[in-house]
Order: sequence, then C-alpha cells, then structure tokens
Amino acid sequence: MRKLLTVSALVLVILAGVSFTRKPVQSFEKKEKLSDYGFFLGPLADLTPREDVIPYHLVTPLFSNYAEKSRFIVVPRGEKAEYNGEGVFNLPTGTVLIKNFYYPNDFRDPAKGRRIIETRILVHETDGWKAYPYIWNDEQTDAFYDVTGDTKSINYIDHRGKKVQTSYVIPNKNQCKGCHSTGEVLLPIGIAARHLNTNFPYKQGPQNQLSHWMEKDILDKLPSGMIPRNSKWDDEKDGSLDDRARAYLDINCGHCHNPKGAANTSGLYLDIHTIQPNLYGVMKTPVAAGRGSGNFQFDIVPGKPDQSILYYRMNTNDPGIAMPEIGREQIHQEGLALIREWIKKMNP
Amino acid sequence: MKRLACICFTLLGILPACFAQMDVQKKLMAQFIDADNNSVIELPEGSFTLNASLWLDGKKGVTIRGKGMDKTILNFNGQLSGAEGIKVTNGSNITIEDLTVQDTKGDAIKTQLVDGITFRKVKAEWTRGANEKNGGYGLYPVQCSKVLIEQCEARGASDAGIYVGQSREIIVRNCRATENVAGIEIENSLYAEVYDNEATNNTGGILIFDLPDLTVKKGGFTKVYNNHVHHNNHKNFAPKGNIVGKVPQGTGIMVLATNNVEVYNNRIINNITTGTAIISYYITENPIKDSSYYPYPSNIFIHDNQYEREHTKATMKGRMGKLYHFKLKFGKNVPHIIYDGIQDEKTKGQQILCIRNNTNASFANIDAANNFRNISREMKPYDCELKISTTSN
Repeated sequence: MRKLLTVSALVLVILAGVSFTRKPVQSFEKKEKLSDYGFFLGPLADLTPREDVIPYHLVTPLFSNYAEKSRFIVVPRGEKAEYNGEGVFNLPTGTVLIKNFYYPNDFRDPAKGRRIIETRILVHETDGWKAYPYIWNDEQTDAFYDVTGDTKSINYIDHRGKKVQTSYVIPNKNQCKGCHSTGEVLLPIGIAARHLNTNFPYKQGPQNQLSHWMEKDILDKLPSGMIPRNSKWDDEKDGSLDDRARAYLDINCGHCHNPKGAANTSGLYLDIHTIQPNLYGVMKTPVAAGRGSGNFQFDIVPGKPDQSILYYRMNTNDPGIAMPEIGREQIHQEGLALIREWIKKMNP
Repeated sequence: MKRLACICFTLLGILPACFAQMDVQKKLMAQFIDADNNSVIELPEGSFTLNASLWLDGKKGVTIRGKGMDKTILNFNGQLSGAEGIKVTNGSNITIEDLTVQDTKGDAIKTQLVDGITFRKVKAEWTRGANEKNGGYGLYPVQCSKVLIEQCEARGASDAGIYVGQSREIIVRNCRATENVAGIEIENSLYAEVYDNEATNNTGGILIFDLPDLTVKKGGFTKVYNNHVHHNNHKNFAPKGNIVGKVPQGTGIMVLATNNVEVYNNRIINNITTGTAIISYYITENPIKDSSYYPYPSNIFIHDNQYEREHTKATMKGRMGKLYHFKLKFGKNVPHIIYDGIQDEKTKGQQILCIRNNTNASFANIDAANNFRNISREMKPYDCELKISTTSN
C-alpha cells in the first residue's frame, strides 16, 4: 500500500513538474511535503531554486526572533505582477511566495552550515491568498505541512560570538493572518516597491530587483523614475534617523498598525504612509493596552524612550506585552536601540 | 526517559499531567483551524494546560462548546505565544459556551470583526485574583456586531472583566464580574443593553465610556438596568496609562463622555466614592488631539435606582481621592450621584442630564469647569425625562 502511495506521489510530482513548465499554474494543489512542489533542485536544504523560482530580499526586513530568511517568488509563466508605488503589487493568480526561516550555526561564518526551521508558502489562489506552513525535520531532508505550528529549541552562535539558546515558536496557520491581513483578506507584505527597490546578489552579479523582474518579464508598468524606497534600517548612511526608524516600524508594525490592519482597534498607525505624529504615537494615550502600557501614559513621549509605551513593548519578551506579537521570543536589541535613539532625539 | 517521567507522575497521582498536554494542544489547535462552517468544536471535560492561543478565523456558524463552566478548563499559565487564550476573528454567528479560560498572559477571550458572537456560561479568570500582572480583558469582543454575553463570569482582569469595544447591538445579561478593575465596560459602542448583572468588588462596577483616537468614535444609545452594583471598592490595580487606571476605587456606575445613556432600576449599594458618575473626558486630564471627538456626556437619564452607602469617606487614593479630600470636602456625606458640570458651550441651557425618582439619591454638580468653586448639591434642576432608544431606528 505504502509503495503504491509512493508511486502515485511520484507520478504527481512528475505531473506537477510538467504543469509548472508547460502552462501557467491556475489551480494550486497543496502538498504534504515541501519537496513535492519541486521548487528547488538537488538536496532540498540547499534551497537551490528552479529557474523560474526567483530569490529576493527586502531593504528593511521584518524581525523574526533573529532567524535569517531566504525568500523566493514564482510568477506563473506568461503572467506579470503589476507595479504600484503605494502598496503591495497586484500579483497574478497562481503566484507563489516561498519564505524559508533558518539559523546559521554560527552567524559569523555561513560555511559552518545552518538549520532550516520552517517554510511558509503564500499562494494567490482564485479566491484569494492562502498560507501553507511547513515544518522541517531534524534531518533537514524535507518539510511537512502542519497547520498547528510548533515550538522548537534553537542553538546558535550570534554575531558577537555568543552562544544563544532560545525557543522558536513556529506560528500556526491562523497566525500567518495575524500579520498578513488587511481588512479581512490575507495579503503579502514585502512585495511592494519601497521594500524591493534595492540590489540583489544574483548568480550573474548584483542587480536592482525591480529591473531584474522586468528583465525576467514578471513585472509590468515599472516607471522610469520616482520609485519609492524605504531606508535600510541598520545602515546609518542610508537615510536620516527618522527615515530608518520609520522604515523599521513600517515593516515590523505597519502591517497590523495601519488604518485597515488588525491593530486598528488601537488607533495607532505605524505604517510609512501615516504622517501625523499623534497617529504614529506621539503623546497618544493607549487604548485597550492592558498591562502593555507598563504604567506609562503615552505611546511615545518625545525625548523620553524610557517613558514611551512603544519602546517598553519592544523591550520585553513577555507574550502579554511584547510587540510585535509573533516572532518575538527574543528582544531585537539592535532595532530597539534604533527606536530608542529616534525617540530620544525627537523634538517635543 | 519520557516514559519514566510519566510513570513517576502516575505514582504521584497526577495522571492528567501525563496526558501529553502538547498533543491535546495540537489537536485543539487543529480543530480550531480546520473547523468546518456550521460545525461544533466539542471540548472535553478536564483541565488542560496550553502554551499558545486557540484561534478560530474566518468561520461561519461555529460553536465552541465545553462540558460546563467549571468542567472544561483551559489554563494558559506558561503561555509562550499569542497573548490571548481564545481568539476569534473575521467570522459570523460564532458561539462560545460552557467553558473556563484561566490565567492568560493577555486577554482571556478576544473576538474581533465577528458579526453575531455569543458568550454563554463562559468564565474568564485569573486564579490568583486581582493582580496588576493579570491580562487586560476577560471577555473582549471588539469591532463586533450582535454581541450576546450571558451567564458569564469574569474575575481578576487588570482592565475590564467584560469589555465590549467598538461594537454595536450588544446585550450583556445575567453575568457576574468581580475583582476586576472595571467589572463591565462598554466602550465606543452603540446600542447596548446591560441588565440583570452583578458587579461587585471591582474598582468600578459598570462603565460606559467614549474615548478619542478610535476608528469607531461615537458610542451611546445604551441602557443599564436591573443590575446589582455593590461594594465596588477594590483598590485600582490597572497599569497606569490605561483609562480605567483613572477610575477611583469605590465607583458604581460611570458614564464618561457618552451620549444617550439610560441608567435605571439598578441597586447601587455601598460603592464608597460614587454610586453613579457622569463625567466628561476633560476630567481625565488626558490631552485631546482628535478633533472629531465629542468629550461631553449628554442625554443621560438616571432614574428609579436604589442607592445606599455606608456613612463613610470616599477614596483617598489617586487624583480623584485628592480631589475628594481637598476640593470637594464631602467628608462622610458623599453624594450618590456626581456630575462634573463640564458642559459644551453649545448645549448650555439644554437638559442634557435628567435625574428622577431614585430611592435615597443624593447629588452634587462639582463644577469642575470652574475649579470646583460652585459645588451644588441641588438635584431639582435635573428633574426631567429623556427618551433613549437602543435601536438604530
């Protein structure tokens, strides 16, 4: 029986492979194993992409418990993403986003290998975006579909050579929506001009990602100038302190804290498009923060990070207080330092 | 090794602990995530320790049902991810019944963007009782419509035990709230009826609030009746910054900046600071940056309530305590009904507050707008009637 299953699975893989190369993927079929999709060539853990599986990264990425991420996009052959300057690109049905979360064994030396924890697949189906989470096995041979998430114990050596042991909570399928929702629909976050407008070290050499996507014929309507770009949060030469802090808050908080996001109940909007200081927290009283307020009166008190709720909630890993809610088993010290500096230098 | 541990537990007589709790959690999570529309998620009898939230999203007509309030207990002590115990989002016609949620890091049960949400015989509690480290809200529907909360209990919330926010068409009845900062709170919500509840030993019994800076700005058209609101004299243990942190210990019913509220037939007994307070947002001393916000209470009708209080002083704690002590100087003769007297210039001369036919009521307009210069205990000017509807038609 098992053998029969394996055979039919194989046939499916072959069929899937064929359908991927011959015609645009119209209906997506969820697979039990990550390997079944055939996104990667050779040993799965190498994450060597098939030709139409294109790697990308973000100027300023979302912090996820210090995990590194390797991201890929697959746009169905013959179809194109549609550029817009404001928000997430309009992506054709059949588009697949693949995000792998891993820890290098030693952050100072990639050659020492890595451990991939989970792979999240976001698929644009005919009735909207769907999330499919996969958890890697300890042998690193494959990842398996699991809607309920898990908690793993992680060990690595960080940038400063310090040994770190931490728990890593793999979110469940619904938690994907915690970040990826606008109103009631699931949406990608990173596929926007301001996050993608930067070079990527492709095999053929570095190139601007948006230009590369044009060249690959998967992007449409890219204007010749005036393409927005967020600052790189940890590069002091890239934008003012305000630019970098706002870029950091935009990607880490703005997906929920925007007028249409799940955190709009709070009235605190941290997306890049919010320009009124009281709306992004300056002297704003909290709503329903509970003990998240930390006995402070306002989200941001200019000049006083230690009296600002925003800073307080970033500076803890207590799940009843910590923000963001997911991927925060550890405090992001470097991000915290940036926000501290930003609030400190803010004019009252 | 695992087996050995299990055997030890068995020997110690803690068999349930052995019951691979992680497996139960995974099973429950999967049931929540994969629930079919119009299905029932049955939770077994027993006490279960979970370390992550149970989350139901995008479902219609689902019932989450335990075996009884004190028979199915979900305990979230030791929670690692997700601040809530149970979370329901983007659904319609959802019912949660016959279960208890305990000791969550954040809110016990939060439901957001649900059209038709019923909580029935549900208990939300923090087992150590009142403590500032407890989660904020017990039962917490927000941005919901057609909310029914009945025969529920809430205990120990560091903000509000039963809290309905930014919602509409709400009934809260036959519930009991105790040892919370706010027992029952209706905030920025429309068309609520709160009746036949008991609120006791909270800092404030029942609060009807409208706050600035929210997407749903204007609440009101609310009735509060037949409730037993007594001995709400618990020390305020809310973390500062939260609006309820400003509620003085010893508050029965408080209406803050809300319009069209009727409070009647309640027994409001032995709340040492105020039986019923009608106040504007200005009294909080928080800045108002939201230009579309209306900070004054208006169209408030307080009638046929029964007031009693021991001949004792109001709270001495907090800014309100100081206010009572240094400015209001009521001594032990504290009025049952307090109005801050801060009125919109545009409504001067209009009857925005009516007080009639209460048993044993006493009153003070504390003239907060003029630094409490002309405190008046005369109730006569407020002897009038208002018609308040709790429907949109």
